[in-house]
Amino acid sequence: MHSEKKSIRTPIARVRGLGAAKSGTGHFWLQRLTAVSNIPLTLAMVVIVVMLAKLDYAGARALVANPLVGILLIAFLVSALVHMRLGMQIIIEDYVHEEGMKIVLILLNTFFAVLMGLASIYAILRIGFGG
Amino acid sequence: MSRTSEAQRPLSPHLQIYKPTVTMVMSILHRITGAALFFGTLLVVALLVAMAAGPNAYGTVQAIYGSIPGKLVLFGYTWALFHHMLGGVRHLIWDTGAMFDRQGRTSLGWATLVGSAGLTLLVWALVLMR
Repeated sequence: MHSEKKSIRTPIARVRGLGAAKSGTGHFWLQRLTAVSNIPLTLAMVVIVVMLAKLDYAGARALVANPLVGILLIAFLVSALVHMRLGMQIIIEDYVHEEGMKIVLILLNTFFAVLMGLASIYAILRIGFGG
Repeated sequence: MSRTSEAQRPLSPHLQIYKPTVTMVMSILHRITGAALFFGTLLVVALLVAMAAGPNAYGTVQAIYGSIPGKLVLFGYTWALFHHMLGGVRHLIWDTGAMFDRQGRTSLGWATLVGSAGLTLLVWALVLMR
């Protein structure tokens, strides 16, 4: 990529189109946004789970079937899963230097987050709609 | 495909050179708790999926979560959750540019540790209270 040969291309021409201009803060910003939303939503999740621990099966289902509880849990899951996906991507990029393995792990990272989200949101909706 | 040339340059000192400080330990803990929470999400997802699946599956998950090893994992998950949350608040404070001085960052580090321990014990007191 960076050959030692002399080129008449200017430095700006060489980097143009390679990304990280203007949209470079997207990852950083979404990490902060979900960090902020995680605070109240995680506290809500903890309160809900503490309540669940004291209920039998029918009571637990009834609690999750409550629209406010269900929506709070879904919001928590979306916010936390987006945040953890971004965080794990940074960890992978920091420690995995082999290009192929890095790409595989970054793909698996996203697949894992999406799978967790789909499974749990489907479960909450099913409980909410009485399926 | 070497990405950087193999020039003989001096290496910068790494972890074992430095005396641990509270900011450094909290930084490391923030990453470790973050990685642990990544996998800990499975605990919340499993509970919800089992609940939707039916009373038998829910009973199984409840039995696992109620066992001693299960409780220990959940206790660790609770602490990681609060520690990472307070560590995040610390970072959000730093994002504004505040509390970057020695006194500020040291007290924030200790506050993270004390706060996460306190919140974890509070939640588990509520769980174990009949």
